Amino acid sequence: MNSTSLPLSDDRLAPLVTAYAEAQAAKTRSHLLGFGALLVCILFSAYVAEVDGRKFVSNISNFTTYLSRLFYLENTQPVWSDFSEWFWGFGKWFTKIIETLLIAYLGTIVGAVGAFVACFLAARNLVDSRMLVFVMRRLLEICRTVPELVFALTFVVAFGLGPLPGILALAIHTFGALGKQFAEVVENIDLKPFEGVSSTGATWTEAVRFAALPQVLPNFVSYGLMRFEINVRGAAIMGFVGAGGIGQDLLEAVRKFYYSDVSAMLVMIIATVMVIDYTTEKIRHRLLGHGGAR
Amino acid sequence: MSTVPDRTMSAALPHHVGATSSMPALFVIFAALVAFVAGFAYLDISWPRVLGGLSELGRIASLMLPPTYGTTARLMGWLHALLETLAIAFLGTLLAAVIAAPLGFLAARNVVPVWIFRFSLRRLLDTFRGVDTLIWALVWINVVGLGPFAGVLAIMTSDIGAFGKLFSEAIEAADGRPGEGVTATGGTELHRVRFGLLPQVLPILVSQILYYFESNTRSATIIGIVGAGGIGLHLAEQIRTLEWQHVSFIVLMILVTVAIIDFFSARVRFAVIGANPTAEANA
Repeated sequence: MNSTSLPLSDDRLAPLVTAYAEAQAAKTRSHLLGFGALLVCILFSAYVAEVDGRKFVSNISNFTTYLSRLFYLENTQPVWSDFSEWFWGFGKWFTKIIETLLIAYLGTIVGAVGAFVACFLAARNLVDSRMLVFVMRRLLEICRTVPELVFALTFVVAFGLGPLPGILALAIHTFGALGKQFAEVVENIDLKPFEGVSSTGATWTEAVRFAALPQVLPNFVSYGLMRFEINVRGAAIMGFVGAGGIGQDLLEAVRKFYYSDVSAMLVMIIATVMVIDYTTEKIRHRLLGHGGAR
Repeated sequence: MSTVPDRTMSAALPHHVGATSSMPALFVIFAALVAFVAGFAYLDISWPRVLGGLSELGRIASLMLPPTYGTTARLMGWLHALLETLAIAFLGTLLAAVIAAPLGFLAARNVVPVWIFRFSLRRLLDTFRGVDTLIWALVWINVVGLGPFAGVLAIMTSDIGAFGKLFSEAIEAADGRPGEGVTATGGTELHRVRFGLLPQVLPILVSQILYYFESNTRSATIIGIVGAGGIGLHLAEQIRTLEWQHVSFIVLMILVTVAIIDFFSARVRFAVIGANPTAEANA
């Protein structure tokens, strides 16, 4: 078998062998170069970010101590020994969780309605004016790049403390993020119905309504639900800057070292997030069939 | 028309597939509207407050123009903070990826078939992910003190959870046949993972890591609000002291930086994976 598998004579094989060796060497060189560049980036970043291995090693016990103290009550008993003591503020925190969910819900709705209008104007296949598409895209980009908390900080100054700035901050971010995703969905539609409706003399709005909308609605709802999941997490920290929800109480408990309160609130937040994630995932799967937009 | 095709047909063409399918849809829209109105009422938000705030917001917006930075020394401080932000995002993402890679393999069904082990590892990863980066930052500040290092560790911790989940999903979606081939030639379990699985998933993992780097650049801009380094501290300070022209300048700096990072990272992602990867949302 070996003798038949070498049909090339040595002199014809030689250039192939050298070419192969050269290709291999080039590959190794570019890999080495890549790793070198990565290493330089790592070292430079570590210098800029004041990474201090010694401090980390000598203080890492603080981290484990902190985590383990989360599971002990003031009276040094483990938290699960007395649930009524651990969740002493359940009523108060539960109201805050409801407030958090409402902030996420209202923010998502307001932002989604805005994104719904904007996405058709930002879709290259439906709008003839390059200028309009460009302006809409940049607007959406700004809205989703500026972090929610920055909007929230600004809105707290304008609207005062409370859930309202939180809702608006989430709404603006949702507008930017969903607007982009919606526009991408719109750009992927089948254009034939749109042309058909337009050719019957329909206006642009009518064509969008009867030819584009039916194609995109299930995906819109799916993306909207996904954004709601993300916004629930976002709403939970809005309180850090005074924009409503459970975040304010959580930040206070962390700053004052009320360990068991911190863990109780975190348990409630994580449980809420899990329930919301589970429910919306079920709805999304039903809407799109299995394996749909993920 | 039976109930099975109804799911896709009525979803795609709600106004053409009988009146039966639009009834629940109408009910859902009605319920959503009621919840919307009731929500605003419950949170005690009135029109006068919204309108008053909006006019105040308009005044603030006009005060933001034109963006300025004051002294050069201040600008240099901001540039350094911005560099710090990038370093936090870069190192945080990288550390998270390095730690999450083995965890992702361990949490994948086709690598570790033990049900109970996989389940508990996944719940642990969920917990890491469920706690927000800012909360992790508060925890790490207790350990390594104020500064960017705490930010790196915070991004690392919350991303370990996210990466662990994404990686394990990517690994489970991989084709099992190359692995079977390796086993058939006498390879061990480790050989199967190394030569049958890893080459398939590596490009996907790299593209996800880059995607998270982009997203973390955004997260790292606010992590300074709680004192964990980066531009966020300066931004929050300028907002609290009502220096709106400085605020708009810093926001512009952030926008430009993020746009540059997105541009390069998208280039690398395309080069690695060849097409638009499936990772989305979060942005």
